[in-house]
Amino acid sequence: MLFFRQVATVAAKDLRSELRTKEALNASLSFALVILLLFSFAFSPTSDMTREISGGLLWLVFAFAGALILNRSFARELENDCLDALISSPVSSPALFLGKALANYVLLLGIEFVCLPVFGVFYNVSWAQQLPSLALVLVLASWGVSVVGTVFSALTVNMRLRELMLPMLVYPILIPCLMAAMQLTTPLLAGEPLTGDLFAWLRLLVGFDIIFTALAVVLIDTVLIG
Amino acid sequence: MREKILYSLGIVAALFLARNIWKMLVGLPDEAFQGAIFRVIFFHVPAAFTCFACYLTALIASISYLKSKNLKWDSLSVSATEVGLAFGAANLVSGMIWARIIWGIWWTWDWRLTSSLICWLLYAGYLVLRRAVEEPTERARLSAVMSILSFSVVPFVFFSIKWFRTQHPQPVLYGEGKMDSAYRSMLYINWIPLLMIAVIFVAVRMLQEKRQREIDALRRTVHAF
Amino acid sequence: MRALAVEGVWKFYGDYPALRDIGFDVQPGQCVALLGRNGAGKTTLLRILAGLSRPSKGAVKVFDKDHLDRSARSAIGIIGHGIGIYDELSALENLRLFAGLYGLQSPDKAAHQWLERTGLERVKDGLVREFSRGMRQRLAVARAFLHRPQLLLLDEPFTALDDRAIALLQSLLKESLAQGSTVIMSTHQLREALELATHVVLINRGKLAHTGLRTQEMLDDPTYLYRTYGEA
Repeated sequence: MLFFRQVATVAAKDLRSELRTKEALNASLSFALVILLLFSFAFSPTSDMTREISGGLLWLVFAFAGALILNRSFARELENDCLDALISSPVSSPALFLGKALANYVLLLGIEFVCLPVFGVFYNVSWAQQLPSLALVLVLASWGVSVVGTVFSALTVNMRLRELMLPMLVYPILIPCLMAAMQLTTPLLAGEPLTGDLFAWLRLLVGFDIIFTALAVVLIDTVLIG
Repeated sequence: MREKILYSLGIVAALFLARNIWKMLVGLPDEAFQGAIFRVIFFHVPAAFTCFACYLTALIASISYLKSKNLKWDSLSVSATEVGLAFGAANLVSGMIWARIIWGIWWTWDWRLTSSLICWLLYAGYLVLRRAVEEPTERARLSAVMSILSFSVVPFVFFSIKWFRTQHPQPVLYGEGKMDSAYRSMLYINWIPLLMIAVIFVAVRMLQEKRQREIDALRRTVHAF
Repeated sequence: MRALAVEGVWKFYGDYPALRDIGFDVQPGQCVALLGRNGAGKTTLLRILAGLSRPSKGAVKVFDKDHLDRSARSAIGIIGHGIGIYDELSALENLRLFAGLYGLQSPDKAAHQWLERTGLERVKDGLVREFSRGMRQRLAVARAFLHRPQLLLLDEPFTALDDRAIALLQSLLKESLAQGSTVIMSTHQLREALELATHVVLINRGKLAHTGLRTQEMLDDPTYLYRTYGEA
């Protein structure tokens, strides 16, 4: 019980300070919009071909925008040595980690739900046809991104070139998660329901989330306390 | 003494390799459909085995480091990863040469190729991470975590990418792939010198890592004055 | 029960031992000045005591519990180089956050009480970003004392603070000591530290050079310690 209260406290703290400054949020959102714009030059935005790769486009945007959020997650704690104050308090490393992952998750989902309609308008995609299934995919894949991203945010926080290291290390690890999300999102955006083959991808997402949440919780103490 | 053993082992491995190359060039006939280029497989497949043996070694070494905090394990982990990457590169490049001749293209986004490349990138990331941390103990700790996470994602990479269509020849050792027994035994026999070379490289790199640590400790001692 | 027991602590950076076999006990109510030259290992040791780092060998016990234990952490208050306060939160939010993390019964009450104590009640809703240096430092002091820690770990507490914050910290330290709390502080400012200290621990290049009572000679001549126990 205490554990979950601490998780909530840490998450609320992160969300409050992010919503107050909106540093990462603004950067991430405008970055997402710029990428959406750039994609329109790379592909003809209304062709059928674009429809076929829409899931991929969308998740690339989310992955790029997410990296900015994740970078800030632990970097935020560096100012004034706040990380030391947090670690020395009786909050266990897993609680601290899950709190921060949760905050990143909420921010990431927020960005996704803002980008989705924008994407729909710009690329003429009617994304709302399979909304519950699409929401399920967003919820599952974003958790994977948040968990892995938060671990690497902690891992790279004291490194040189932190902003470059995080995406470089995190994207290869996220490939299965992003790939499953892309495979699921494309048919859903086209209005097709979740059927047979797609459940395999959904299972992969769930498996990825469970395994990496477990690994993160086990390893985070080693990462945070040297 | 240790170095002498390593060098002698190296000579044995080189002689063994020379014998194998002689055998496969002179002793074995060209394959019926693919011709002479078929011989790439005698390096391509053992290199892949060696590469994954190295990644597995790095995983075990990383877990052992976190358990024991003995920097020897960290040396083993980084050495095995580097050698694994070299053999992974050999695997990829030999495969690309073969593909250029048989398929007419250097690369295709087939699941085996793609997943090998992703694994290569994951472990290259491990080396990049190491370069970004100055202090040896912290570097060992963080890179051990990275190694464990990298290895854990490998099965996911394989499963996810396998669901795409594949045009890679079927696995020769299990599954539906067929190969003549003379070829098959050559493939195994050629794995022995490659594995020996990998072990020697790892041992030499571990020695270097040990020296590096000693130098680093001396430097820190000097700075402390 | 010992407030703190440091048992054969080693800390390696690679093969280089930054701390070598450090061992000493601290009884409740003692105020220990942790002394040593720059790079002697004071901060490394304090970080281990505070549970921010693990010893490579040896053990640290806080009230007979491992220093990484939850109960040990609850008993410790730290003031380090950084203030450990969030710039984008208000003074009240900061204290409420830490009161919550330490599991205090009534976080609000504790936060208000300490804002009053440190003279920040008037600006409780102001963002820390907008605070003056002195105000931030006083808030950091409030954060460290908020959960009534029984063991205070202070790393160079007097270097970064302004006069008012120093006065506040000193009065709080005296009060805590009178109530039986234990204080360990590393410092360059020998005189300020030694006046408060009941005991000294001197570290020289990662090794324990001297540990014992703070004597009158030390107060009279700050260089006495260094001259007597190694290090010219």
